[in-house]
Amino acid sequence: MNEMKILIRGFGTVGQEVARVLDKKRNVFKDKFGLKFDLVGVEDSKGSALSEDGLNIERLLSTKKKTGSIKEKGDKLGINEINYDLLIECTPTNIKDGEPGLSNILNALKDGNDVITSNKGPLALKWNKLAKTAEKNNAKLKFEATVGGAIPIINLAENSLASNKISSIIGILNGTCNYILTRMAAESLPYEHVLNEAQDLGIAESDPTYDVEGIDTALKMVIIANSILGAEASYQDVDIKGIKEITTESLELAEEKNKTIKLLGKADKEKIEVEPRMVPKDHPLSVGGTLNIATLETDLAGEITVTGKGAGASETASSVISDLIEIWKERN
Amino acid sequence: MNKITRFNLELKDIPGQLVEVLEPFSKYGANIESVVHHREKKTPRGKVPVEIKVRVEEDRLKKITKSLKEKEVEIVEIDEKTEITSFNIILIGHVLHTGIKDTINRIDQTGYAEVVDLSLSMPEIKEKSSAMLRLELEAPEKKNKVLDILNEISEEKDLEVIKEISV
Repeated sequence: MNEMKILIRGFGTVGQEVARVLDKKRNVFKDKFGLKFDLVGVEDSKGSALSEDGLNIERLLSTKKKTGSIKEKGDKLGINEINYDLLIECTPTNIKDGEPGLSNILNALKDGNDVITSNKGPLALKWNKLAKTAEKNNAKLKFEATVGGAIPIINLAENSLASNKISSIIGILNGTCNYILTRMAAESLPYEHVLNEAQDLGIAESDPTYDVEGIDTALKMVIIANSILGAEASYQDVDIKGIKEITTESLELAEEKNKTIKLLGKADKEKIEVEPRMVPKDHPLSVGGTLNIATLETDLAGEITVTGKGAGASETASSVISDLIEIWKERN
Repeated sequence: MNKITRFNLELKDIPGQLVEVLEPFSKYGANIESVVHHREKKTPRGKVPVEIKVRVEEDRLKKITKSLKEKEVEIVEIDEKTEITSFNIILIGHVLHTGIKDTINRIDQTGYAEVVDLSLSMPEIKEKSSAMLRLELEAPEKKNKVLDILNEISEEKDLEVIKEISV
């Protein structure tokens, strides 16, 4: 591959940040990896901007900022007609049917194009179909950004720990829940109070359901179980409990025994569960604030634990672009 | 080589306790790797947590555990992963109104598990209360049976059960 033609579908916080970093580090990527690319298309919820010769990313970002969309008038090409090598799929997660991400990804793979996605829905609902379609069409499907933000979990398992058999994974994969529980424990504040605070700080969404009921953690655990443990699980198979019932008093009782409560996702080949658990305060998994963490149980390397920021635009972009560089290396 | 086993114990805060506790380890030939006396982490009931790491053959573990129990030493945990013969559990909900005595009885009546400690915290009369229970098992393999009973009780009484990470 001489030059990588990139299409971005979904141009919210993550999509824009990926474009920004690609533009900013264009020369670094060229010098370090020989990576040359053109951004040939971008699509947001209102329309698309396409150019086979490559779009001007700076202009694209300022148009998006000013007008709320990148839709350009008089586009002669349709998004399905543009030629590209790599789709970066950043549309929002939909846990009902995975759309529009699912169709975006399947269409790209069927045409033999590689795909990187930050969208959990399609992977958690239709893993088998996606993996098989990728394999059949000799296309690559990478998704590090869907799990644990900037923390390399999937790539750690697939590359660095390639000689190992990984039997189970346990961790904290939702920064919002971790923030809420950490604050409740530290300040003896009730759930509702801390939730409101988290919403004011932008750590929790105005509708926090997806995070606090453990849905987000469950989706991530399904993706991990399928891709790393070889499970054939779907989101519907997960036993999920969230953190809404946790009381200040329960955290205080745990504290008396030098423990705290964390929302943990746990997966082995047979079972995936998401529930609050008591964790000793000096346990490796007892990280605070919005941090995420995961421990992989391996046969040769023992337990490997990785931690870091689990969300945020630049952290997610970091994972997307690491996947992009990996694909570039594999294709050249 | 024998593997390292970690004992988390709670001792009474009176002179001579530590020596008393170390006696079974020495008697059964365990090689002590470390002893950490957590005086700064005294429990609400005034006991002192002590962590002892030893290298010892697996078959001696049971003898040491038995001897510690005879000395009425509180064994909180033995090496999270191997022998779980006691564990904590938190219940959240209307723990009291739904019959805490019944909850405890149903565990004790099994004959192989027993509630040995209970702390209760109630904020206001209509609010949910929280309880920390410590359970002791006759044998580690009874763990899942006890958890099943707890799940049954919690469903019936609409209680949230929070287990330890190692259980």
